[in-house]
Amino acid sequence: MPVIRAADLVKTYGDFDAVAGIAFEVEPGESFGLLGPNGAGKSTTMRMIGGTLLRTAGVLEVLGLDPETHGPEVRASLGVVPQQDNLDEELRARDNLIVYGRYFGLPLSYLKPKADELLEFAQLTEKANAKVSALSGGMKRRLTIARGLVNEPRVLLLDEPTTGLDPQARHILWDRLFRLKEQGVTLVVTTHFMDEAEQLCDRLIVMDHGAIVAEGSPQDLIRRYSSREVVELRFGSDRNAAVAGELRALVDRSEVLPDRVLLYADDGEALLETINRRGLNPLTSLVRRSSLEDVFLRLTGRSLVD
Amino acid sequence: MTRPITTGSSVDHVDAARRGRVLGWWFFAEGRLLRERPFLGVTIATAVGNPVLYLVAMGVGLGALVQQPVDGVSYLHFVAPGLVVSTVATTGAGWGTWPIMGGFKWERTYLAAAATAITPVQIALGELVALGLRLLVQAAVFWAIGLAFGAWPLASAWWVVPIGAAAGLAFFAPLAAYSATLEDEGIQFNFINRLIVMPMFLFAGTFFPLTAMPPFLQWIGWISPMWHGTQLARIASYGMANEPLPTLGHAAFLAACIAGGMAVAARTFSRRMEKAS
Amino acid sequence: MSVDRTTGTAARVVAATGERLRRRPAWLAALYVGNARAVIGRGFRVIRNANWGIIATGFFEPVFYLLAMGVGMGGLVGVVPGPDGRPISYAMYLAPALLATSAMNGAIYDSVHNVFFKLRFGKLYEAMLATSLGPMDVALGEIFMALFRGFLYGIGFLGVLAGMGLVTSWWALAMLPVALLIALGFASLGMAVTSFMKGFQQLDLVPLALLPMFLFSATLYPITVYPGWIQAVIMALPLWHGVELMRQLSVGFFTPLTLVHIGYFVAMSAVGIVVVTLRLRALFLR
Repeated sequence: MPVIRAADLVKTYGDFDAVAGIAFEVEPGESFGLLGPNGAGKSTTMRMIGGTLLRTAGVLEVLGLDPETHGPEVRASLGVVPQQDNLDEELRARDNLIVYGRYFGLPLSYLKPKADELLEFAQLTEKANAKVSALSGGMKRRLTIARGLVNEPRVLLLDEPTTGLDPQARHILWDRLFRLKEQGVTLVVTTHFMDEAEQLCDRLIVMDHGAIVAEGSPQDLIRRYSSREVVELRFGSDRNAAVAGELRALVDRSEVLPDRVLLYADDGEALLETINRRGLNPLTSLVRRSSLEDVFLRLTGRSLVD
Repeated sequence: MTRPITTGSSVDHVDAARRGRVLGWWFFAEGRLLRERPFLGVTIATAVGNPVLYLVAMGVGLGALVQQPVDGVSYLHFVAPGLVVSTVATTGAGWGTWPIMGGFKWERTYLAAAATAITPVQIALGELVALGLRLLVQAAVFWAIGLAFGAWPLASAWWVVPIGAAAGLAFFAPLAAYSATLEDEGIQFNFINRLIVMPMFLFAGTFFPLTAMPPFLQWIGWISPMWHGTQLARIASYGMANEPLPTLGHAAFLAACIAGGMAVAARTFSRRMEKAS
Repeated sequence: MSVDRTTGTAARVVAATGERLRRRPAWLAALYVGNARAVIGRGFRVIRNANWGIIATGFFEPVFYLLAMGVGMGGLVGVVPGPDGRPISYAMYLAPALLATSAMNGAIYDSVHNVFFKLRFGKLYEAMLATSLGPMDVALGEIFMALFRGFLYGIGFLGVLAGMGLVTSWWALAMLPVALLIALGFASLGMAVTSFMKGFQQLDLVPLALLPMFLFSATLYPITVYPGWIQAVIMALPLWHGVELMRQLSVGFFTPLTLVHIGYFVAMSAVGIVVVTLRLRALFLR
């Protein structure tokens, strides 16, 4: 039985469709991603899964229950890590974990050792008695994730887990999430970073304007919607469009962005050599592997982060 | 994408710097008043509502309990100047706490302004000027409503307007100087409001002559800008008996609070800006 | 280091929660899991960490009012007729009114400002409702904490009154539970109002409603100084009933109106709680 099942799921605000009839299933132990730009409907979907937002129409089952009518039961088995940390600023780090556990009705005899265990997992043991306001962004994020684990959830919902963190803090966090995945926790992750989706997700749906535009594993999506490699060229803001026509003839697919031209090919180096032989002389050039960013560009004609 | 955005030709940077050096405080005050616009409705309701409520409740209602004249005049005439000064001064005190801290910490308005040609000292001065204008309007509204209640026996009562505003600034300036040094969540304001501003209001001889209090509590009035402002306002509004020297003393106390507060604020604003930016 | 996910304690608790909920009517189950004590527990932990100085200052406010107005103003006013018609000192007249007013102010502050800020900035309720807590657990817990603070201040203020010889009847002990009833009435009404609030500007309207109520509800002087229709308006407002009730208790003199005063707050609490329950989702789930 899937842990989450959505069918024709709709959320409208007035005449705006935040989520416009999506369907997906998440299997136990899977790491499932919702990838899309800001406003695609990812967070809305997450909040409906937790039952803290009422859906407009459609079917939604979490662990076989409807989160709207069985909110407390559903949430008792969920760990929620919201997009913006909502730690209790009036409590210290360790108390945040204990008090949150009390909200689930868990006994103190369980929570006290659990809190220490989770602080260690989040690499925050030294900060146990620190005020929340004294923690760095990365520490707060890890504490929020630790808090989401206090009830040993069957499913952990992570909304934009690393947005706003510096690269080092992101890698620490990914490492922790990877360990959870190894332990068999079902992860549901929203992100607008393709590298994050590639790192964390076994399978993902790509969302845009409240709808699903593609579904599959990261490798699978790249294979289906992009080439093996990508050549990125910059000719200066005035020339990009001018040379685009000539470049287009060289490849099956190309994208002209305001600041650069992307050419999709299986052998990027060979393509770059051809371009140089023709004397097009880009200011800068880069050959890289295809990413989900390219998939998204292909599917929607827009880039993920703008 | 063809027309360049920055050529450096259409703005005279030298002239902008010169104007900022001279008038920066005013540019900041303008912005400060503009930022109050969303709250205009509530501000007007408070500015009109407070005088009406206080005059009806205290002047008329409480006055009915006070049978004999106070300081030789009716209770309404006695209390009205005190009410102007204390309500306006309370507004001034309020501006000196959270909004100042927020300017550094939350909205960070001061940091944005300090990145332009305006200096930290001009920011502190600009706050004072903006507040002064607002308090003048607030006091004038109170005075006008007081006219309708017959609260002012003498024509010279209009002096309560500048006196009230001055009492408000006398509260504001020292508080602002202090608030600029606070870096945590501002719990000190709870103490300031309840242990300093509130007693200075209640024990400032607003509702009764200060001499009605036991002598060991009268000193609270002496250090309160509200009491000094109220004494001046009473001289102007009903001709309270006075001698030149104490009268000058009241005025000098208010002036000293404003000038001294601003002198310290100039330092604390500058220091805080160095730390914050 | 690994998180051991097989201890089973959490799983047992989840099952127990489910079991408890199955015994509740369906409409209640989604609102209330019977765990308001977790919210209360959080409140006490916050108080433990809190600055006791701030809590103490809340107690000084009515005391300062009493000193200033009772002593200073008392000198001008002399004596006033008490609830039973016998003359009492102005301080004695004022004290019960200040207790009722501070119960109102405390309850409104907790249920309007605090709730609003926790909603908008602290996101505290968002975090609470992501657990198995229902909105009603949160509401009950928060109202309890508001009443607890009111209880502390009430004890302190009553002690001051007794020390100053401003209460003359054992009935004054009943002022404490009555202060809680007044606080409950205002807290539930305050939460109901907060559930309709959209922004800051509306928050600024609250003092505009409280100030006139304080100034006119027979707190500082009898309402008989006003014409009949103004008196009728004042009598329709809650604070007047609180003030009159407290004043009667302070001297131990009662009339049939006493029951009306009590009934007013019982009804106000009931209406407030019903509205809050109906608006719970609007209040917390946004």
